[in-house]
Amino acid sequence: MSENRTGIGARVLRKEDERLLNGRGRFIDDLAFPRLLEAAFWRSPVAHGRIARLDVPADLAGSVFAWRDMAGVRPITARSTLPGYQVSDYAALADGVVRFVGEPVAVAVAPTRAEAEDRVARLAPSIDELPPLADVRSALASRTPLHPGWKDNLFIELKRDDDFAALEGRVAHVVRREFRMNRQSMSPMEGKAVLALWDDQRNQLVVYSSTQVPHMIRSGLAECLGLPLAQLRVIAPDVGGGFGYKCNLMPEEVAIAWLALKLKRPVRWVEDRREHLVAGTNCREHQYRMAAHVDARGRLLGLEAEVWVDSGAYSVWPFTACLETGQIIGNLPGPYKMECYRCTVQGVATNKPPFSPYRGVARPGVAFAMEMMMDAIARTVGRDPTAVRFENLVTAADMPYTNIARKAFDTGDYPSSLTRVMEMLDHAGFAQRQAEARKEGRYLGIGFATYTEQAAHGTSVFASWGLPIVPGYDGATVKLTADGTLEVKVGVHSHGQGMETSLAQIASELTTLPLEAINVIHGDTGETPFSTGTYASRSIVMAGGAVSKACEVLMGRARTLAAALGKCDAAALRLEGGAFRGAGVTVSLKDIGEAWFHRPERLPAAVPDGGLEVTEHYKPAVDTGVFSFASHGAVVEVDIDTGNVRLVDYVIAEDCGTLVNPMIVDGQTIGGAVQGIGTALFEEMPYDAAAQPLASTYADYLLPGASEMPHIRIAHSETPSPHTRHGIKGVGEGGAIAPPAAILNAVNRALAEFGVEFNETPLTPRRLLAAVLAARRARAAAPLKEAA
Amino acid sequence: MKAAAFAYTRPAALADALRAAGRDARFVAGSQSLGPMLNLRLAEPPALVDVRRLPELRGARVEGGRLHLGAAVTHAEIEDGAVPDTTHGMLPAVARGIAYRAVRNRGTLGGSLAHADPAADWVNAMTVLGARCHIAGPDGRRVLPVHEFLQGTYRTALGPGELLVEVELPAFSERMRWGYYKVAAKVGEFASAIGAAVHDPALAMTHLLVGAIEARPLLLPPFAGALELAGDAAIEAFGARIAAALPQADAVFVHQHATALARAVARLRAEGAA
Repeated sequence: MSENRTGIGARVLRKEDERLLNGRGRFIDDLAFPRLLEAAFWRSPVAHGRIARLDVPADLAGSVFAWRDMAGVRPITARSTLPGYQVSDYAALADGVVRFVGEPVAVAVAPTRAEAEDRVARLAPSIDELPPLADVRSALASRTPLHPGWKDNLFIELKRDDDFAALEGRVAHVVRREFRMNRQSMSPMEGKAVLALWDDQRNQLVVYSSTQVPHMIRSGLAECLGLPLAQLRVIAPDVGGGFGYKCNLMPEEVAIAWLALKLKRPVRWVEDRREHLVAGTNCREHQYRMAAHVDARGRLLGLEAEVWVDSGAYSVWPFTACLETGQIIGNLPGPYKMECYRCTVQGVATNKPPFSPYRGVARPGVAFAMEMMMDAIARTVGRDPTAVRFENLVTAADMPYTNIARKAFDTGDYPSSLTRVMEMLDHAGFAQRQAEARKEGRYLGIGFATYTEQAAHGTSVFASWGLPIVPGYDGATVKLTADGTLEVKVGVHSHGQGMETSLAQIASELTTLPLEAINVIHGDTGETPFSTGTYASRSIVMAGGAVSKACEVLMGRARTLAAALGKCDAAALRLEGGAFRGAGVTVSLKDIGEAWFHRPERLPAAVPDGGLEVTEHYKPAVDTGVFSFASHGAVVEVDIDTGNVRLVDYVIAEDCGTLVNPMIVDGQTIGGAVQGIGTALFEEMPYDAAAQPLASTYADYLLPGASEMPHIRIAHSETPSPHTRHGIKGVGEGGAIAPPAAILNAVNRALAEFGVEFNETPLTPRRLLAAVLAARRARAAAPLKEAA
Repeated sequence: MKAAAFAYTRPAALADALRAAGRDARFVAGSQSLGPMLNLRLAEPPALVDVRRLPELRGARVEGGRLHLGAAVTHAEIEDGAVPDTTHGMLPAVARGIAYRAVRNRGTLGGSLAHADPAADWVNAMTVLGARCHIAGPDGRRVLPVHEFLQGTYRTALGPGELLVEVELPAFSERMRWGYYKVAAKVGEFASAIGAAVHDPALAMTHLLVGAIEARPLLLPPFAGALELAGDAAIEAFGARIAAALPQADAVFVHQHATALARAVARLRAEGAA
């Protein structure tokens, strides 16, 4: 590693924070264009129905539009090549039938949003209600498919069916449990936003979108609008958080783009919080029925699982309903060894908003189920839950290890992360602390969860899920300018991940330039090389690798020019402090840039003419992903009279390979953990039997707040991946995966004396107290039994 | 969402405000409840009359031991001690627990009472304190005990064009003691249960309040030994009375409310001992 202090591993402040923390971020709502129109949507008030009439008042003609006006526009159709997958057509404005509350039916434009809403308020479409599929159970039971041409209400069913015969005679217990992770909203600080305008000079439709994936949105829009890709440019300016919410093509995006084409004026829509909560895509809703076949020590021999995902009304583009289901069947076994595995996963269509990937993508659900099961196994066999985990974890000696679900773990010492969090929480002394607290009437519990975070999985994995767009190579362009500063352009997007800093650190590592001489540009398909974008904890590996590779090529060219300018042997030069030095000469990158761009006469005639702008594309040689891993540990105090759970202590021991910027990794980890704590204790998007959403503001949908957060302590280890440049692994999602299991396991330990066991998120005060009160009543009614 | 169009005026004096409001306008002060309702178009008044700066609503004084607080005094002003306190710290303590500081900076005492959310802190704190509400309107002024001012969930005794201008507290003695406890899923949220107790032997006042019950707060009839109850016995005794008064309530509801009241009583007792 070079000696410069802004390269890989440096703890440097985030470059982007200078503008973001000083209120100079530029979000879509900040943009101004002459003649800009604002849009508002009339959204379905019912979960399922046929649009009987949609009259537009005469004076609103030309400012209110429905699907019938959008001739030639194709619905969003997320195809998959997986056998049995059923395709849904998702029209930008409902095509005759509405399938969830909040589905856009008509759109109005006006000079201001308030006026657009006034116009929407004058619409009164008449909708004949149809029976709603309010949940997985009713959707599976219904004989009426939600979409035309379907045979039932399954988007997809995935199956894995091993023979368990080999286990005969060795299974001491079959531990059966059901787990449920309830539906959530994603709540980025900035909701979705789109602004579209026709640029006559470029002959392009320019779509500003608050998206994580500008290049993919461009492809999706082109498909829906029938526009050639060359006539479409997507720009993602500052984006106030994504978490997966902004990696899909949304119907509003298609509608706004079409309006700009139709009206020849700039048109904008900014999602408000109520729209986000009611109509935005949801996530997380999984149900599990599991059976763990274990020996007397709690060693896992075989695992059976049936899993249901409430996938909502439409399959999202490009990730489809197959992504979540595919991640479940592939990731449920987690970091544990077992001999056989049987699993059925159904992605079920219901009359709720579509389901989209959210930080962790299925893994918070599977880790919840698996880690709760680990504790259940421990209770069954009478061992400590950590001992049962050590019994089953893949070890460092096993690496590289291909698990039962054919996940190819690259490197890592998984048990060491558990050991570390146990030390951080003084696990050995916990029983005594718990007993002392109990004497004071306080109920303490300790819980753990261990997981792997498959990151930067590429072509082969996404192709196996049958998605319409499969990630391949990620591009980076690096350009040494005439004054020796560096432009770095990447196709991924940074919206909280700090990549304007971490990618600059990688460039700094390769070029020895200081960070302030490096400018990272992203988010504009007109300026950056192709990438499918930012999701799946992939960007630091993929774009980071591309930046590294492009810088390496660029520095090779610079070295040749340096040798030409210094009239010396290129091999005699070493790159250091922004200059090539050796053989008695010093040629700076500035000298090289200046000579190439402004003073070519300084160069010999025969110099190579490749120039100082390099685009390279990268993917790891092994594209099945790299595996970061971590253990989380929680100590909770439960108030058995209010039902509240207080996080007393929360620790994380994580390993994401080479740390590019340890502070950014901390930030990603803590941010994820906070969202995981939200899943564990607060967040739930409830629906009633008519599939009406019961939380339309933050008065009803609770997010975790600063007051609820413990001081999260983090320990790092660094086990580089052999598959990636610099040994980097991804880390964006991991923090969100373990908290539900760690926290509920801790609560279950705290309340062990009541014999209650919680296996559903969020563990609200009401759910907790209801169970404790029932247990206390039962105990009061049967004191003799307890004494016995 | 954006509010529907409305007219907006900010008169300089109370009489002007009452005149401007007529019978159809809504008064607005901190806008912490009305603002979201306007934006969600749950309220679409033709006009708003801003009373936030009216001098008649901004006063705070003690007269004959009675604290008079203007309706437009903010939660933050009460929290910070910018206005007098005759409750031995109860008012600032309650104020400190309202939502978040950003809300407290704008939200007002009168706005909270007039909004009449059963889970709001002033609705419960002023009830347990036995406050009186001074109302001005097109037909003159009147005074109502807060328990009559509050009529139910989001319902008050305010008639068309009437405005809550001032809240008046009894003249508490040095021996007044209080306890207030809120059960909420997280800090800053509306309470799922509120318990409060005020005891002043000089006024012969013993108030036991059960709040956040989807109706105006419930004042339990005082009973012998109520203030001496502690622990599970307190929860059980209060729970039995809450269950009797609110027969629709389920076990969790009763237990949370009984716990809130038991803890309020414990605090009252601890304060007396201090």
